[in-house]
Amino acid sequence: MKPARNHPAYWAFLVHRVSGIALALFLPLHFFVLGRAIDGEAALDGFLRWSHRPAVIAAEWVLITLLAAHLAGGLRLLALEFLPWRDWQKTLAALAAAFALLAGLAFALAR
Amino acid sequence: MSARREARLWVVQRASAALLAFCVAVHLVTIVYAVRGGLSAAEVLSRTRGNFAWMAFYALFVFAAAAHGSIGLRTVAMEWLGWKKSTADLLMWFAASGLAGLGAQAVYAVVRP
Amino acid sequence: MEVNELRVNVWRGGADGRFQQFAVPRRASQTVLDVVTYIQRRLDPTLAYRFACRVGMCGSCAMTVNGAPRWTCRTHVDRVARDGALEIAPLANMPVVRDLVADMREFFDKWAKARGQFTPTRTRADEFAVVKPASRQRMEADAGIECIGCGVCYAACDVVKWNRDYLGPAALNRAWTLANDARDGGQKARLHAVAGDAGCHSCHTTMSCTELCPKKLSPTRSISGLKRATLAIVLRGEDGE
Repeated sequence: MKPARNHPAYWAFLVHRVSGIALALFLPLHFFVLGRAIDGEAALDGFLRWSHRPAVIAAEWVLITLLAAHLAGGLRLLALEFLPWRDWQKTLAALAAAFALLAGLAFALAR
Repeated sequence: MSARREARLWVVQRASAALLAFCVAVHLVTIVYAVRGGLSAAEVLSRTRGNFAWMAFYALFVFAAAAHGSIGLRTVAMEWLGWKKSTADLLMWFAASGLAGLGAQAVYAVVRP
Repeated sequence: MEVNELRVNVWRGGADGRFQQFAVPRRASQTVLDVVTYIQRRLDPTLAYRFACRVGMCGSCAMTVNGAPRWTCRTHVDRVARDGALEIAPLANMPVVRDLVADMREFFDKWAKARGQFTPTRTRADEFAVVKPASRQRMEADAGIECIGCGVCYAACDVVKWNRDYLGPAALNRAWTLANDARDGGQKARLHAVAGDAGCHSCHTTMSCTELCPKKLSPTRSISGLKRATLAIVLRGEDGE
């Protein structure tokens, strides 16, 4: 990381962009699997059984965390762009990170 | 002309973001609720089949995600891959139609009575 | 090498140049500009660099110091040296003229493109415009008005690097201060000039400009203001071209 970029807002930008790319690539797969439900429960259940592998659960956990990060980071951006300016952007970025980890944790505990 | 188009894409990106903020929040809660005690097709489909509220919700979600994701990919293609605007536009339309098409199919599959 | 000596790598030549190492004595309260001046006066008089006021007013001495753009006259070596070493290069995102001198033409041309000129609406026969210091507009303008045009934000901005047409933080900050000037008559043309992918809508809020601005301004704040101010034009679809 170049020194000019090593600060919280740049990290927030990188997380937002990388999570966005990952989610956009994941979505077609997600839709495809749900589309199997048209052939009845059995087809979907076949996939869900496959998804019980630890590696798949880990990948799910990563995706949930990325989704939560993209949500919280996106709310931060909307606040920066549309609300009157305040000098608490670094706090916002920290809150977004905390929210993403909490969502990931909630998923891990529930799963 | 180009500047106005870019600015309008920016507006669509922010408007879809606001919709998605709501949808994703609901989605995250639903996920955590649904995976407790293991995910099963029967459980998921019993919630969604023939339910008009879920259908409307997921249709809105898919539509907003298709718009938001495709505009985002266009920007990334230009900035990180150095694509020309015209090529990136093609990617955007391809991603938007692909996501909307697959998404609509998925929504139909899980909510049809 | 003695501990009271700095190892300084200085960019020499044009875009295809290379770094040349110098040893410069360490002094108390030494600035990066002091180091460059020492090299030019004592070690190699052919070194090209730019400065004028030496006190943080003129905005002409900015360079890339250990990877980040800085105003060199008010950047202490203590703050930026790593293990007694400095790497000094011309500002990024601008063509190199020679050594530490960057060509700032495009940077300033973009101020003009962003309609950074004041458009008067009154003559000397008119009364003074009364602008209340506590008014929202005056405070917005105040927040951005101390820019010295050093180019640090422009050199730090990734969007400038990715999109050569992007007007950049300084030009957009200037446009925002004028957008808040009640006396200015060029508002509509300005808002058209700063909308779109060359303007405020390309900003990704990475905030390197705000992080590094030596005057502690926030171009990000100004650009956010422009994003909101141009919204009406974008939605109404008035085409300024």
